[in-house]
Amino acid sequence: MSDDDTPDETPKRGFGLRNAGGSSEKAGGDADEKKTEEEPLLSDDDTVDVGQEEASVHTHEVLDRLEKELVGLEPVKARIREIGDLLLVDRLRRKFGIESTRPSLHMSFTGSPGTGKTTVALRMAELLHRLGYLRKGHLVAVTRDDLVGQYIGHTAPKTKEVMKRAMGGVLFIDEAYYLYRQENERDYGQETIEILLQMMEAERENVVVILAGYKDRMDTFFQSNPGMGSRIAHHIHFPDYSLDELVAIGDLMMAEQQYELSPDAQVAFREYLERRMVQPRFANARSVRNALERARLRQASRIVSDPSRKLTKSDLMRIEAEDILQSRVFTDDSPEDAVSAADAGDEAVADDAGANGQPPPARSEDAKAP
Amino acid sequence: MRVTQGTFSFLPDFTDDEIKLQLEYALQNKWALAVEFTDDPHPRNSYWDMWDLPMFDIGDASAAFMEVKKCREAYPNHYVKVTAYDPSPNRATTAFDLIVNRPAEEPGFQLERTEVHDRKMNYTVRSYAADKPHGERYQTNGK
Repeated sequence: MSDDDTPDETPKRGFGLRNAGGSSEKAGGDADEKKTEEEPLLSDDDTVDVGQEEASVHTHEVLDRLEKELVGLEPVKARIREIGDLLLVDRLRRKFGIESTRPSLHMSFTGSPGTGKTTVALRMAELLHRLGYLRKGHLVAVTRDDLVGQYIGHTAPKTKEVMKRAMGGVLFIDEAYYLYRQENERDYGQETIEILLQMMEAERENVVVILAGYKDRMDTFFQSNPGMGSRIAHHIHFPDYSLDELVAIGDLMMAEQQYELSPDAQVAFREYLERRMVQPRFANARSVRNALERARLRQASRIVSDPSRKLTKSDLMRIEAEDILQSRVFTDDSPEDAVSAADAGDEAVADDAGANGQPPPARSEDAKAP
Repeated sequence: MRVTQGTFSFLPDFTDDEIKLQLEYALQNKWALAVEFTDDPHPRNSYWDMWDLPMFDIGDASAAFMEVKKCREAYPNHYVKVTAYDPSPNRATTAFDLIVNRPAEEPGFQLERTEVHDRKMNYTVRSYAADKPHGERYQTNGK
């Protein structure tokens, strides 16, 4: 009768009454288990310990990781720490039974490409999850294509579907300004914005929406959609990296991939970045990544070109100055000319190819909604 | 008479929080949730009307509960249930059916007896509410 009769078999999934009953019991038990006892409220004279509370939710782990993994971005980190502090204090206040409404947590991240918006959004989701503001803490990253439909009546279900998928976590809308097209008043993006607005308000307990994009375009976006701007409490700007920060980012990336730059190569890399920064379509950390990828390629062909040589472990790990100096950024003397030169275009194309989910600025093909 | 069909229907009605826990349990098991409603809760009526689309890739119970709330608002005097569909091989069927909304007044069912040949009796049940046309059933007297 009971499961003891067949101990070796995997439990049958139930059509039958017996197993179905078993699984329902489990469901019931689960519900009971999860229903936590209401904690008694503290009295006015009690004290709470901030450090202890912080340790219990492990927020410092997330913040430390943010600090370690992301170079620079001081204003962003400061802001995130502030938000973390506020939510922590809210938790403490609730222990005393002080009513405080849930703060609005929708955010907008503005900044040039490659400044770490997506990475920070990911950490933000984790942070909010630890603090108990999001039940799941997953990140659903979408662009205009995922939200806006192709024909009348298609947009609303599509947007809602995405929103439902994001509930319990963070909805990250990359290049959010594409949702609004000023030149086409019948564009379906407007409908998406309306639904987003409504759900950001109604479901703010369950989902945090983060809009991301370039600063100037996002500013225009918020100007034309004042409702959106006012519903977003945290406008966070990601500044461009300085040269030193970019070098530090490069070091971090190299260490992650178990490569190292020789002393000469470090000097060369610094010079490379200096030249690359003034060129058009410089994408901060993403350009650093691409430059290092290309240096790896050159290192590989350098090693392969001399088959007779005996290699040590450090030979395989080290990137020499020549691997970097071969870049086309160095062959052209005047960076101004590089703008039109084909080789600069080549660099830029390579950047775009590596730009995961970041389309080039001009995307007019799909602008022609009816 | 209280209609009892589906999972846990002999228990007192669940609170919203309890319903959310059940939905969460379904999601943990990777069951797809769907909301359905009807005003004809005959035990043999398996096909209720679908509310919106089945939810196959939601991550959190709050999304499914949002649809439950909307359906309740639109049909306060209907039966609303959440079905959890288990798509795993060898099962591929409904894992649970949970009634999450019921009309304020449930008049119940009449047992109809029909005498047929040789003094045999045939029995059938008929909902009192089903006398009225679809859409007008279960309206409270005030309305």
